[in-house]
Amino acid sequence: MNEAFDIRGQSHIEVHKFRAGAITIATLLALVIQASFPIHFAKTAVLDLPLLVTIYFGLSRRNPSTGLLLGMVIGLLQDSLSGPTVPLGLYGIAKTIIGYLASSIGARLDTEHPAARFALTASFFVAHQGLIVLTRRILLAQPEPWFNMHLFVAALVNALVAVFLFLVLDRLRKN
Amino acid sequence: MVAIPSRHKSLVLLAGVIVLQVLMLAVQIKRDAEGRLIRVWTVGAVSPFERAGSYGFGWIRDTWRHYFALQNTTKENERIRRENDVLKLQITQLQGKAAEADRLATLLNFRQSHADVPMIGARVIGTGAGTASLTIQLDRGERDGIRKNMGVITPDGVVGKVVEAYPNASQVLLLTDKDSGVGAMLADSRVQSPVGGQGEPLLVMKYVPNDDTVNLGERVITSGMDRIFPRDLPVGTVAEIKSGNPFKQIRIKPAANLERLEEVLVLLSLRSLEMKNEGNTGDPPPAPGAANPPRAAKR
Repeated sequence: MNEAFDIRGQSHIEVHKFRAGAITIATLLALVIQASFPIHFAKTAVLDLPLLVTIYFGLSRRNPSTGLLLGMVIGLLQDSLSGPTVPLGLYGIAKTIIGYLASSIGARLDTEHPAARFALTASFFVAHQGLIVLTRRILLAQPEPWFNMHLFVAALVNALVAVFLFLVLDRLRKN
Repeated sequence: MVAIPSRHKSLVLLAGVIVLQVLMLAVQIKRDAEGRLIRVWTVGAVSPFERAGSYGFGWIRDTWRHYFALQNTTKENERIRRENDVLKLQITQLQGKAAEADRLATLLNFRQSHADVPMIGARVIGTGAGTASLTIQLDRGERDGIRKNMGVITPDGVVGKVVEAYPNASQVLLLTDKDSGVGAMLADSRVQSPVGGQGEPLLVMKYVPNDDTVNLGERVITSGMDRIFPRDLPVGTVAEIKSGNPFKQIRIKPAANLERLEEVLVLLSLRSLEMKNEGNTGDPPPAPGAANPPRAAKR
Protein backbone atom coordinates (compact mmCIF):
# COMPACT_ATOMS: atom_id res chain seq x y z
CA MET A 1 0.00 0.00 0.00
CA ASN A 2 1.82 3.06 -1.20
CA GLU A 3 -0.91 5.60 -0.87
CA ALA A 4 -2.81 7.21 1.95
CA PHE A 5 -5.84 9.42 2.02
CA ASP A 6 -5.62 13.04 3.01
CA ILE A 7 -8.37 14.83 4.90
CA ARG A 8 -10.16 15.70 1.69
CA GLY A 9 -10.41 12.05 0.69
CA GLN A 10 -7.94 12.37 -2.17
CA SER A 11 -5.33 9.66 -2.50
CA HIS A 12 -2.20 11.49 -3.52
CA ILE A 13 0.11 11.20 -0.51
CA GLU A 14 3.05 8.92 -1.24
CA VAL A 15 4.83 6.65 1.17
CA HIS A 16 8.54 7.24 0.72
CA LYS A 17 11.11 4.51 0.79
CA PHE A 18 14.77 5.05 1.52
CA ARG A 19 18.07 3.66 0.32
CA ALA A 20 19.40 0.67 2.22
CA GLY A 21 20.92 1.67 5.54
CA ALA A 22 19.83 5.29 5.18
CA ILE A 23 17.68 5.29 8.32
CA THR A 24 20.34 3.53 10.42
CA ILE A 25 23.15 5.79 9.27
CA ALA A 26 21.08 8.96 9.66
CA THR A 27 20.06 7.89 13.17
CA LEU A 28 23.61 7.07 14.29
CA LEU A 29 24.96 10.26 12.75
CA ALA A 30 22.31 12.32 14.54
CA LEU A 31 23.21 10.71 17.88
CA VAL A 32 26.96 11.15 17.39
CA ILE A 33 26.60 14.78 16.30
CA GLN A 34 24.20 15.44 19.17
CA ALA A 35 26.81 14.10 21.60
CA SER A 36 29.83 15.79 19.96
CA PHE A 37 28.84 19.19 18.63
CA PRO A 38 28.03 20.97 21.91
CA ILE A 39 31.64 20.51 23.10
CA HIS A 40 32.87 22.76 20.35
CA PHE A 41 29.77 24.85 19.68
CA ALA A 42 27.95 25.25 23.00
CA LYS A 43 24.89 26.90 21.42
CA THR A 44 24.11 23.78 19.39
CA ALA A 45 22.99 22.06 22.61
CA VAL A 46 19.60 23.62 21.88
CA LEU A 47 19.17 21.25 18.91
CA ASP A 48 17.60 17.82 19.29
CA LEU A 49 18.79 16.06 16.14
CA PRO A 50 17.53 12.60 17.19
CA LEU A 51 14.05 14.12 17.54
CA LEU A 52 14.28 15.75 14.11
CA VAL A 53 15.30 12.41 12.57
CA THR A 54 12.38 10.69 14.34
CA ILE A 55 9.96 13.29 13.01
CA TYR A 56 11.35 13.16 9.48
CA PHE A 57 11.21 9.41 9.07
CA GLY A 58 7.83 9.32 10.78
CA LEU A 59 6.40 11.89 8.37
CA SER A 60 8.00 10.20 5.35
CA ARG A 61 7.34 6.54 6.06
CA ARG A 62 3.77 7.22 7.16
CA ASN A 63 3.48 3.90 8.92
CA PRO A 64 2.56 4.39 12.61
CA SER A 65 4.08 1.07 13.69
CA THR A 66 7.41 1.81 12.02
CA GLY A 67 7.34 5.37 13.30
CA LEU A 68 6.77 4.45 16.92
CA LEU A 69 9.36 1.65 16.88
CA LEU A 70 11.97 3.92 15.32
CA GLY A 71 11.12 6.59 17.88
CA MET A 72 11.52 4.06 20.68
CA VAL A 73 14.93 2.87 19.46
CA ILE A 74 16.24 6.41 18.97
CA GLY A 75 14.87 7.49 22.35
CA LEU A 76 16.42 4.55 24.21
CA LEU A 77 19.78 5.13 22.51
CA GLN A 78 19.59 8.77 23.53
CA ASP A 79 18.75 7.71 27.10
CA SER A 80 21.76 5.39 27.10
CA LEU A 81 24.09 8.19 26.03
CA SER A 82 22.71 10.71 28.51
CA GLY A 83 24.25 9.15 31.61
CA PRO A 84 22.73 7.29 34.53
CA THR A 85 20.85 10.33 35.82
CA VAL A 86 18.52 9.90 32.85
CA PRO A 87 16.60 6.64 33.30
CA LEU A 88 16.15 4.42 30.27
CA GLY A 89 12.72 5.24 28.91
CA LEU A 90 12.57 9.00 29.52
CA TYR A 91 13.38 9.97 25.94
CA GLY A 92 12.17 6.53 24.82
CA ILE A 93 8.55 7.15 25.80
CA ALA A 94 8.52 10.70 24.43
CA LYS A 95 10.03 9.75 21.08
CA THR A 96 7.81 6.65 20.75
CA ILE A 97 4.74 8.87 20.96
CA ILE A 98 6.23 11.53 18.67
CA GLY A 99 7.16 8.83 16.12
CA TYR A 100 3.60 7.52 16.23
CA LEU A 101 2.03 10.98 15.92
CA ALA A 102 4.38 12.03 13.11
CA SER A 103 3.66 8.95 11.02
CA SER A 104 -0.09 9.18 11.73
CA ILE A 105 -0.19 12.83 10.66
CA GLY A 106 2.10 12.08 7.73
CA ALA A 107 -0.44 9.54 6.51
CA ARG A 108 -3.22 12.12 6.48
CA LEU A 109 -1.61 15.38 5.43
CA ASP A 110 0.83 16.52 2.80
CA THR A 111 3.93 17.31 4.83
CA GLU A 112 6.34 18.07 2.00
CA HIS A 113 5.97 21.86 2.04
CA PRO A 114 8.65 23.66 4.10
CA ALA A 115 6.01 25.71 5.95
CA ALA A 116 4.16 22.55 6.97
CA ARG A 117 7.42 20.96 8.09
CA PHE A 118 8.33 24.07 10.10
CA ALA A 119 4.98 24.18 11.89
CA LEU A 120 4.86 20.44 12.53
CA THR A 121 8.42 20.27 13.85
CA ALA A 122 7.84 23.22 16.21
CA SER A 123 4.65 21.57 17.49
CA PHE A 124 6.30 18.17 17.88
CA PHE A 125 9.24 19.74 19.72
CA VAL A 126 6.92 21.37 22.25
CA ALA A 127 4.92 18.13 22.57
CA HIS A 128 8.17 16.16 23.06
CA GLN A 129 9.31 18.46 25.87
CA GLY A 130 5.82 18.29 27.37
CA LEU A 131 5.98 14.48 27.38
CA ILE A 132 9.39 14.55 29.08
CA VAL A 133 8.11 16.93 31.76
CA LEU A 134 4.99 14.77 32.19
CA THR A 135 7.10 11.62 32.58
CA ARG A 136 9.41 13.35 35.05
CA ARG A 137 6.49 14.70 37.11
CA ILE A 138 4.28 11.62 37.16
CA LEU A 139 6.65 8.66 36.97
CA LEU A 140 9.84 10.08 38.48
CA ALA A 141 8.36 12.62 40.93
CA GLN A 142 10.75 15.29 39.67
CA PRO A 143 9.09 18.71 39.49
CA GLU A 144 9.85 20.48 36.22
CA PRO A 145 8.41 23.69 34.79
CA TRP A 146 5.97 23.10 31.93
CA PHE A 147 6.95 26.06 29.82
CA ASN A 148 9.64 28.71 29.64
CA MET A 149 10.94 31.11 27.05
CA HIS A 150 13.89 28.85 26.30
CA LEU A 151 11.51 26.11 25.14
CA PHE A 152 9.78 28.51 22.77
CA VAL A 153 13.08 29.68 21.24
CA ALA A 154 14.40 26.10 21.05
CA ALA A 155 11.23 24.99 19.23
CA LEU A 156 11.66 27.72 16.62
CA VAL A 157 15.38 27.01 16.16
CA ASN A 158 14.77 23.27 15.78
CA ALA A 159 11.94 23.88 13.34
CA LEU A 160 14.14 26.15 11.24
CA VAL A 161 17.00 23.63 11.21
CA ALA A 162 14.49 20.88 10.38
CA VAL A 163 13.41 22.65 7.18
CA PHE A 164 16.97 22.44 5.83
CA LEU A 165 17.81 19.08 7.38
CA PHE A 166 14.71 17.50 5.85
CA LEU A 167 15.77 18.75 2.41
CA VAL A 168 19.09 16.96 2.90
CA LEU A 169 17.35 13.81 4.10
CA ASP A 170 14.98 13.95 1.10
CA ARG A 171 17.99 13.06 -1.01
CA LEU A 172 18.19 9.68 0.71
CA ARG A 173 14.82 8.70 -0.75
CA LYS A 174 14.56 6.13 -3.49
CA ASN A 175 13.42 7.62 -6.76
CA MET B 1 -8.52 -15.37 20.61
CA VAL B 2 -9.84 -11.87 19.89
CA ALA B 3 -8.75 -10.52 16.52
CA ILE B 4 -7.48 -6.94 16.52
CA PRO B 5 -8.74 -4.84 13.59
CA SER B 6 -5.79 -3.84 11.40
CA ARG B 7 -6.43 -0.12 11.90
CA HIS B 8 -6.00 -0.56 15.66
CA LYS B 9 -2.86 -2.68 15.47
CA SER B 10 -0.52 0.31 15.64
CA LEU B 11 -2.46 1.71 18.60
CA VAL B 12 -2.12 -1.59 20.43
CA LEU B 13 1.59 -1.66 19.59
CA LEU B 14 1.95 1.93 20.86
CA ALA B 15 0.24 1.04 24.12
CA GLY B 16 2.41 -2.07 24.50
CA VAL B 17 5.66 -0.23 23.85
CA ILE B 18 4.73 2.59 26.25
CA VAL B 19 3.73 0.15 29.00
CA LEU B 20 7.00 -1.72 28.48
CA GLN B 21 9.04 1.43 28.91
CA VAL B 22 7.02 2.57 31.91
CA LEU B 23 7.73 -0.82 33.51
CA MET B 24 11.40 -0.40 32.66
CA LEU B 25 11.38 3.00 34.37
CA ALA B 26 9.67 1.51 37.39
CA VAL B 27 12.24 -1.29 37.63
CA GLN B 28 15.09 1.23 37.48
CA ILE B 29 13.56 3.32 40.27
CA LYS B 30 12.67 0.36 42.45
CA ARG B 31 15.94 -1.56 42.17
CA ASP B 32 18.25 1.38 41.50
CA ALA B 33 19.36 -0.61 38.44
CA GLU B 34 20.43 1.60 35.61
CA GLY B 35 20.27 -0.64 32.55
CA ARG B 36 24.05 -0.77 32.61
CA LEU B 37 24.35 -3.39 29.87
CA ILE B 38 22.41 -1.33 27.34
CA ARG B 39 24.42 1.76 28.28
CA VAL B 40 27.74 -0.10 27.98
CA TRP B 41 26.80 -1.34 24.51
CA THR B 42 25.57 2.03 23.33
CA VAL B 43 28.52 3.98 24.69
CA GLY B 44 30.93 1.34 23.38
CA ALA B 45 29.39 1.62 19.92
CA VAL B 46 29.19 5.40 19.81
CA SER B 47 32.34 6.52 21.66
CA PRO B 48 34.79 5.64 18.82
CA PHE B 49 32.77 7.91 16.52
CA GLU B 50 32.67 10.59 19.19
CA ARG B 51 36.43 10.29 19.63
CA ALA B 52 37.00 10.66 15.90
CA GLY B 53 34.43 13.46 15.73
CA SER B 54 36.05 15.27 18.62
CA TYR B 55 39.44 15.35 16.92
CA GLY B 56 37.86 16.23 13.58
CA PHE B 57 35.75 19.05 14.96
CA GLY B 58 38.72 20.33 16.96
CA TRP B 59 40.83 20.48 13.84
CA ILE B 60 38.11 22.22 11.82
CA ARG B 61 37.45 24.70 14.62
CA ASP B 62 41.13 25.56 15.06
CA THR B 63 41.54 25.95 11.33
CA TRP B 64 38.43 28.12 11.15
CA ARG B 65 39.46 30.32 14.06
CA HIS B 66 43.04 30.80 13.04
CA TYR B 67 42.88 30.61 9.30
CA PHE B 68 39.56 31.30 7.63
CA ALA B 69 38.69 34.08 10.03
CA LEU B 70 41.72 35.93 8.72
CA GLN B 71 40.38 35.88 5.16
CA ASN B 72 38.39 39.03 5.75
CA THR B 73 40.85 41.51 4.24
CA THR B 74 40.79 43.99 1.39
CA LYS B 75 41.24 42.96 -2.25
CA GLU B 76 44.63 44.59 -2.59
CA ASN B 77 46.02 42.18 -0.03
CA GLU B 78 44.67 39.10 -1.75
CA ARG B 79 47.70 38.40 -3.90
CA ILE B 80 50.07 38.63 -0.95
CA ARG B 81 47.73 36.60 1.17
CA ARG B 82 47.59 33.80 -1.38
CA GLU B 83 51.37 33.58 -1.28
CA ASN B 84 51.24 33.36 2.47
CA ASP B 85 48.30 30.99 2.70
CA VAL B 86 50.35 27.85 2.89
CA LEU B 87 52.55 29.32 5.60
CA LYS B 88 49.52 30.55 7.50
CA LEU B 89 47.97 27.13 7.39
CA GLN B 90 51.13 25.68 8.83
CA ILE B 91 51.19 28.40 11.49
CA THR B 92 47.58 27.66 12.27
CA GLN B 93 48.33 24.03 12.84
CA LEU B 94 51.31 24.95 14.99
CA GLN B 95 49.22 27.44 16.95
CA GLY B 96 46.64 24.77 17.60
CA LYS B 97 49.34 22.43 18.80
CA ALA B 98 50.95 25.18 20.90
CA ALA B 99 47.60 26.01 22.51
CA GLU B 100 47.07 22.36 23.26
CA ALA B 101 50.62 22.11 24.65
CA ASP B 102 49.92 25.15 26.88
CA ARG B 103 46.77 23.54 28.20
CA LEU B 104 48.55 20.26 28.80
CA ALA B 105 51.45 22.09 30.49
CA THR B 106 48.97 23.79 32.82
CA LEU B 107 47.49 20.40 33.63
CA LEU B 108 50.97 18.95 34.16
CA ASN B 109 52.00 21.82 36.47
CA PHE B 110 48.81 21.34 38.42
CA ARG B 111 49.44 17.62 38.70
CA GLN B 112 53.02 18.18 39.83
CA SER B 113 51.93 20.69 42.47
CA HIS B 114 49.45 18.12 43.77
CA ALA B 115 51.74 15.12 43.48
CA ASP B 116 50.25 13.54 46.59
CA VAL B 117 46.86 13.30 44.90
CA PRO B 118 46.76 10.56 42.22
CA MET B 119 45.12 11.89 39.08
CA ILE B 120 44.98 11.22 35.38
CA GLY B 121 44.42 13.54 32.43
CA ALA B 122 41.52 12.84 30.08
CA ARG B 123 40.13 14.40 26.94
CA VAL B 124 36.48 15.38 26.63
CA ILE B 125 35.04 13.54 23.62
CA GLY B 126 31.31 14.04 23.98
CA THR B 127 28.38 15.45 25.89
CA GLY B 128 25.09 13.95 27.02
CA ALA B 129 22.83 13.27 24.05
CA GLY B 130 20.04 15.47 25.36
CA THR B 131 19.14 18.32 27.63
CA ALA B 132 17.76 16.15 30.43
CA SER B 133 21.16 15.92 32.13
CA LEU B 134 24.41 17.85 31.97
CA THR B 135 27.11 15.28 31.36
CA ILE B 136 30.34 14.99 29.42
CA GLN B 137 32.10 11.92 28.15
CA LEU B 138 35.82 11.26 28.65
CA ASP B 139 38.15 9.17 26.51
CA ARG B 140 39.40 7.19 29.51
CA GLY B 141 37.58 4.58 31.54
CA GLU B 142 37.92 1.58 33.82
CA ARG B 143 41.05 0.36 32.03
CA ASP B 144 42.78 3.59 33.08
CA GLY B 145 41.71 3.19 36.69
CA ILE B 146 38.66 5.44 36.55
CA ARG B 147 35.77 4.39 38.78
CA LYS B 148 32.31 5.66 39.60
CA ASN B 149 32.19 8.63 42.02
CA MET B 150 35.71 9.87 41.33
CA GLY B 151 36.10 13.64 41.26
CA VAL B 152 36.87 15.51 38.05
CA ILE B 153 38.63 18.88 38.02
CA THR B 154 40.62 21.29 35.91
CA PRO B 155 43.31 23.63 37.21
CA ASP B 156 40.59 26.31 37.23
CA GLY B 157 38.31 24.40 39.55
CA VAL B 158 35.87 21.58 40.17
CA VAL B 159 34.11 20.09 37.14
CA GLY B 160 31.96 17.26 38.54
CA LYS B 161 32.17 13.59 39.34
CA VAL B 162 32.25 10.33 37.41
CA VAL B 163 28.78 8.80 37.30
CA GLU B 164 29.56 5.86 35.05
CA ALA B 165 32.82 4.20 34.05
CA TYR B 166 32.95 2.01 30.96
CA PRO B 167 36.02 0.06 29.75
CA ASN B 168 37.33 2.81 27.45
CA ALA B 169 35.20 5.81 28.35
CA SER B 170 33.47 7.39 31.29
CA GLN B 171 30.63 9.81 31.90
CA VAL B 172 30.94 12.81 34.19
CA LEU B 173 28.01 14.61 35.77
CA LEU B 174 28.80 18.32 35.60
CA LEU B 175 28.52 20.45 38.71
CA THR B 176 25.76 22.45 37.05
CA ASP B 177 23.43 19.43 36.78
CA LYS B 178 20.42 19.37 39.10
CA ASP B 179 21.60 16.13 40.70
CA SER B 180 25.15 17.34 41.26
CA GLY B 181 26.76 18.73 44.41
CA VAL B 182 30.06 19.34 46.17
CA GLY B 183 31.04 20.02 49.77
CA ALA B 184 32.16 23.64 49.80
CA MET B 185 32.90 26.63 51.98
CA LEU B 186 33.36 30.37 51.66
CA ALA B 187 37.09 31.09 51.44
CA ASP B 188 37.05 34.14 53.76
CA SER B 189 34.46 33.35 56.42
CA ARG B 190 35.04 29.55 56.23
CA VAL B 191 31.26 28.99 56.42
CA GLN B 192 30.56 25.50 55.07
CA SER B 193 27.65 24.57 52.85
CA PRO B 194 27.10 22.20 49.93
CA VAL B 195 27.04 23.78 46.50
CA GLY B 196 24.82 22.23 43.86
CA GLY B 197 23.63 22.71 40.33
CA GLN B 198 20.25 23.80 39.02
CA GLY B 199 20.57 22.88 35.37
CA GLU B 200 21.66 26.46 34.71
CA PRO B 201 25.08 28.07 34.28
CA LEU B 202 25.10 29.30 37.92
CA LEU B 203 25.34 27.07 40.99
CA VAL B 204 23.56 27.52 44.32
CA MET B 205 24.97 27.50 47.85
CA LYS B 206 22.15 26.15 49.90
CA TYR B 207 22.60 26.40 53.64
CA VAL B 208 24.27 29.66 54.64
CA PRO B 209 22.33 31.25 57.52
CA ASN B 210 21.10 34.83 57.12
CA ASP B 211 23.29 35.93 60.03
CA ASP B 212 26.52 35.08 58.24
CA THR B 213 28.21 37.74 56.19
CA VAL B 214 28.82 36.90 52.54
CA ASN B 215 30.35 39.29 50.02
CA LEU B 216 29.85 39.44 46.28
CA GLY B 217 32.89 38.09 44.48
CA GLU B 218 33.98 36.03 47.51
CA ARG B 219 35.72 32.82 46.54
CA VAL B 220 34.06 29.47 47.20
CA ILE B 221 36.36 26.49 47.66
CA THR B 222 35.95 22.79 48.37
CA SER B 223 35.67 21.82 52.02
CA GLY B 224 36.76 18.21 51.56
CA MET B 225 33.72 17.08 53.54
CA ASP B 226 32.21 15.20 50.58
CA ARG B 227 35.25 12.90 50.59
CA ILE B 228 35.51 13.16 46.83
CA PHE B 229 37.41 16.40 46.33
CA PRO B 230 40.43 17.56 48.35
CA ARG B 231 40.18 20.80 50.33
CA ASP B 232 40.77 24.26 48.90
CA LEU B 233 40.04 23.57 45.23
CA PRO B 234 38.24 26.51 43.60
CA VAL B 235 34.52 25.93 43.12
CA GLY B 236 33.54 29.42 42.02
CA THR B 237 32.82 32.98 43.13
CA VAL B 238 29.71 34.46 44.71
CA ALA B 239 27.71 36.11 41.94
CA GLU B 240 24.37 36.89 43.62
CA ILE B 241 23.13 37.09 47.23
CA LYS B 242 19.51 37.32 48.35
CA SER B 243 18.01 37.04 51.80
CA GLY B 244 15.92 33.95 52.37
CA ASN B 245 14.22 32.13 55.17
CA PRO B 246 16.07 30.65 57.02
CA PHE B 247 19.03 30.57 54.61
CA LYS B 248 20.49 33.06 52.19
CA GLN B 249 19.99 32.39 48.48
CA ILE B 250 23.52 32.48 47.10
CA ARG B 251 24.35 31.87 43.46
CA ILE B 252 27.86 30.90 42.47
CA LYS B 253 29.66 31.36 39.16
CA PRO B 254 31.67 28.16 38.54
CA ALA B 255 35.45 28.60 38.51
CA ALA B 256 35.92 26.08 35.72
CA ASN B 257 34.51 26.94 32.32
CA LEU B 258 32.03 24.07 32.16
CA GLU B 259 30.75 25.00 28.72
CA ARG B 260 34.15 24.70 27.08
CA LEU B 261 35.97 21.75 28.54
CA GLU B 262 38.61 20.04 26.45
CA GLU B 263 40.94 18.33 28.92
CA VAL B 264 40.23 17.47 32.54
CA LEU B 265 41.90 15.67 35.43
CA VAL B 266 40.27 12.72 37.16
CA LEU B 267 41.13 12.22 40.83
CA LEU B 268 42.05 8.56 40.97
CA SER B 269 41.03 8.00 44.55
CA LEU B 270 37.72 7.14 46.10
CA ARG B 271 39.15 7.46 49.58
CA SER B 272 38.94 10.61 51.57
CA LEU B 273 41.79 12.74 50.32
CA GLU B 274 41.43 14.85 53.42
CA MET B 275 42.42 11.95 55.65
CA LYS B 276 46.11 12.52 54.89
CA ASN B 277 46.03 16.02 56.38
CA GLU B 278 43.62 15.16 59.12
CA GLY B 279 46.13 15.84 61.90
CA ASN B 280 47.03 19.28 60.53
CA THR B 281 43.62 20.73 59.85
CA GLY B 282 42.09 20.41 63.25
CA ASP B 283 38.81 19.27 61.70
CA PRO B 284 36.79 16.61 63.50
CA PRO B 285 37.71 13.09 62.37
CA PRO B 286 35.28 11.36 60.02
CA ALA B 287 32.76 8.90 61.33
CA PRO B 288 33.97 5.29 61.58
CA GLY B 289 33.60 3.45 58.29
CA ALA B 290 33.18 6.69 56.37
CA ALA B 291 36.54 6.56 54.61
CA ASN B 292 34.82 5.57 51.37
CA PRO B 293 31.84 7.37 49.92
CA PRO B 294 28.66 5.32 50.35
CA ARG B 295 28.08 4.61 46.65
CA ALA B 296 31.70 3.61 46.11
CA ALA B 297 31.42 1.18 48.97
CA LYS B 298 28.85 -0.77 46.95
CA ARG B 299 31.36 -1.68 44.30
